[in-house]
Amino acid sequence: MKNAVHPHRLAEFGVGLLFGIGLILAGMTDPSKVLGFLDLAGLWDPSLAFVMGGAILVSLGAFTLAKKRTSSFLGGAMRLPTSRDIDKRLVTGSLLFGAGWGLAGFCPGPALVSLGTGNPKAVVFVVAMLAGMALFEVLERRPAKLALKG
Amino acid sequence: MQIDWNHFTPWASLIGGLLLGLSASLFILVNGRILGISGIVGGLLTPRAGDTSWRLAFVLGLVIAPSVYTLFAGPVLATVDAGWSTLIVAGLLVGVGTRYGAGCTSGHGVCGLSRLSPRSLVATLSFMGAGFAVVFVIRHLLA
Repeated sequence: MKNAVHPHRLAEFGVGLLFGIGLILAGMTDPSKVLGFLDLAGLWDPSLAFVMGGAILVSLGAFTLAKKRTSSFLGGAMRLPTSRDIDKRLVTGSLLFGAGWGLAGFCPGPALVSLGTGNPKAVVFVVAMLAGMALFEVLERRPAKLALKG
Repeated sequence: MQIDWNHFTPWASLIGGLLLGLSASLFILVNGRILGISGIVGGLLTPRAGDTSWRLAFVLGLVIAPSVYTLFAGPVLATVDAGWSTLIVAGLLVGVGTRYGAGCTSGHGVCGLSRLSPRSLVATLSFMGAGFAVVFVIRHLLA
């Protein structure tokens, strides 16, 4: 049993796989399609509105149920976000993300899925994205250290 | 505004969206976690004991998805027009931005809106607005 794969890891792998296939079917893994949606002033492809609409249609019920539970079906804690702050971090971060999304047409999920196709442009984007995330961690820790010293 | 009927795929996108919703539903109900890609991946960069394997399992599922899709439905096609330097700047912005704003299209856009979170609504409007604005500038002001 020691070397067997934990059943929870299979569940997480399975959900990742399902989510990835959903992104491919939805058209989210094609940056030109994403940019077609973001181009309101040109020839507008409204398809991605159907992606978000379809996703929310299904998960509204799930989250309504999740809010009423304290544990998941596998028995672990129900980890719903607790932060309710609408602050500068939230808006600035989201604006930076949206700008990057509009530049290349990749957001994190589709970029990782595209990594699996071996597309060198997806590889470069994902490496830069990971570098950006690492940069955030560095910047995030610096003020805390300064505050401790001060 | 003119609709691009040649590329409009309402049914494929709706079915894809339903699968995304099903994935997010399974993840919160079965595993008790929010399906937010930037958070799941970001957590890998500051590993904590017992908190890494589930993230890797999920990301592995994402990366294997095109192979499974190709097996049944043919190749996954993608057109990336952005040049190398643009891709690097975009990747850095997406990386820093999603971590600073605590979420992306999946975490804030799908899960947050489905939780009826005002915080996620503000985040979603912000990143969508910035996306619309950047594409407008690139395609209609600079081009």
